[in-house]
Amino acid sequence: MLRFARLQLSDAGLAEDMVQEALATAFKSQAQFESRSTVSTWIFSILRNKILDLLRQGWHKRRIEFDAEVETDEDFDALFRPNGHWNAQERPNAWADPQQQMENQQFWVVFEACVARLSPATAQVFTLREVMGLEVDEICKEIGITASNCWVILHRARMALRLCLEQRWFEKDASQ
Amino acid sequence: MKSCKEMTYLLSVQLDRPLSLGERVELRLHLMICVGCRNLAHDMRVLRQLSRQAGGVPHED
Repeated sequence: MLRFARLQLSDAGLAEDMVQEALATAFKSQAQFESRSTVSTWIFSILRNKILDLLRQGWHKRRIEFDAEVETDEDFDALFRPNGHWNAQERPNAWADPQQQMENQQFWVVFEACVARLSPATAQVFTLREVMGLEVDEICKEIGITASNCWVILHRARMALRLCLEQRWFEKDASQ
Repeated sequence: MKSCKEMTYLLSVQLDRPLSLGERVELRLHLMICVGCRNLAHDMRVLRQLSRQAGGVPHED
């Protein structure tokens, strides 16, 4: 839960507060718990809504930042030859079974560090989409960007994260 | 014929919206001849699985 909150909020103290609040809310409103879902799913949905509410307060002020994000032209040029095909050294390798990484606490430290290296606006769109699991339409509506801007930001986020994880984790893993 | 660099966008966007018929054909043909992009397609799927696992949130799909 803490990792979930930290990825969304990029503020460890705030993330802890949110988790505590979610747990307190869950405790107080036990009566509303419907046994259709598991307890963990239910507590997560409380935390998710709390984080979304908090993020919403900031989005209307940051709209310009999200739009500017699409303009930044960091194209991962170094990965490609001038004709747009992969540089031999930079060609992606097929990553190993994710199950192994998921159980490794060290992997999650690297994962969080890689997300933290994205620009704040890019990280935000990425975590809403992939960690929180919102659809692109919902993200557009929430933060007021167009779908095509959203796709461009997500593309950049995935390229940057893949590269970061490849360099900091999977390559090392393969060489051991 | 599009380059690998341009294909990376299709590989990403197919995780967010359905591709058009033209895009699907273009991508499939490219993947037949390009191991780098095949690996990238695989890694992007793994990245999605890892991200969804990151928060430990149960997802429906």
